Amino acid sequence: MTAKIATITSGKGGVGKTTATANIGVALAALGLKVVCIDGDIGLRNLDVVMGLENRIVYDLVDVIEGRVRLRQALIKDKRQDDLYLIPAAQTRDKTAVSPQDMIRLTDDLRPDFDWVLIDSPAGIERGFRNAVAPADLIIIVTNPEVSAVRDADRIIGLIEAEEKGPGKLLINRFKPEMVRRGDMLATEDILDVLAIELIGVVPEDETVLVASNRGSPAALDDRSKAGKAFRNIARRLNGEDVPFEILEKSDGFFGRISRLVRPGEG
Amino acid sequence: MSFFEQLLGGSRRSAPTAKERLQLVLVHDRADISPGKLEALKDELITVLSRHIEIDRRAVQVTLTRDREQQRLVADIPLASPRARRREAG
Repeated sequence: MTAKIATITSGKGGVGKTTATANIGVALAALGLKVVCIDGDIGLRNLDVVMGLENRIVYDLVDVIEGRVRLRQALIKDKRQDDLYLIPAAQTRDKTAVSPQDMIRLTDDLRPDFDWVLIDSPAGIERGFRNAVAPADLIIIVTNPEVSAVRDADRIIGLIEAEEKGPGKLLINRFKPEMVRRGDMLATEDILDVLAIELIGVVPEDETVLVASNRGSPAALDDRSKAGKAFRNIARRLNGEDVPFEILEKSDGFFGRISRLVRPGEG
Repeated sequence: MSFFEQLLGGSRRSAPTAKERLQLVLVHDRADISPGKLEALKDELITVLSRHIEIDRRAVQVTLTRDREQQRLVADIPLASPRARRREAG
C-alpha cells in the first residue's frame, strides 16, 4: 500500500473540518480501505470526540514526534471499523511542538501501511495550517455558503497554490437547499464561479450531524442521514469512482415551480 | 421573504448581493490592494496626469477587475471637454 495523504482545511473556523475528516475517514473505511485520521489541531483536541474514541487515548501526535513512543503505540483503533485508526492531537502542548518536516516524516512512516491518511487541519493560516498542509498529496478546502467562509477559502486556495500544493478540491458544508431555492443562499455554481476550483461534494445542513457528534458516531455510518450520504459519496469520489453530484436545490416543490414560472431563467 | 413577495419576483433576495460583495472583496484581497489604497493611487494619478494634460478630475475611475486569467487595474480618465476648457480659460 502507498497511502494518499489528504489534508482537510478551511481558513475560517467552525465550518466543519473536523466533522468532515471523521465522516470521510469512516466512509473510506466502509469502502474496505485502510485509513488513519490525524488530529492536527494541537492544543485543541477534537477529532477524538467526534469519532467517539476519547476514552481510548493514551499517547498522542507529539509523543510520537518527540520519540517517546513508537508510531504503532499511538494509533488508536476505531471501535466499529477494523481498518480505521486515529492519531490524536496533544492537549497540553502548542503548535510549535511540531514542524512541517515532522509531519512529512510521520506520514512517510504511515504510507506503506494505509490507503489513506487524513489530516484535520486547525483553523487559521499559521504554523498549525502549514504543518497540516506540508505532507498533503491532496487538499480538501471546506467552506460554508457564506461570504466570510468563501472569502477565507479563497485565501487558502491562494496559499496552497503558492506552495504548489494546489489547486485542491472544494467541499461545501452546511448547504441549505431551501434557502438557495428562495434566493437567499449562495448556490454551488456561484461559489465555484467565484473560487474557480473543482468540487468534491456538497453536504446539506442536517440535524443528524449534531446527533451523530453527540453520540460520537459519525453520520456517514447512518444510512438515513442525508449528510452521511453526501460524505459517503465524497469518499467514493476520492476512491476514484465517478459519482454524479446530487443537485440538492433542484428537488422542486410546488412553490419552487411557481417561482420559476414567474421568474424564468433564475432557477 | 414571503411567498407573495417571491411570486412578485421580490427584489430582496440576498444571494446575488452576497455574490457581488464576495467578488468585489476577492478582487481586492487577491491583488492585496485595499479600497483605501486604490483611492490614494487614484489621487496621485490625477495629480501626475494633470501636470501634462487637462482631465475631468471628477469623472476619473480607477478599478480592479478580474477575468479568469488575470487581474487588471483599469483607469478610465476622461479628458476635459473642449467646452469645459474654454469655460475655464474664459
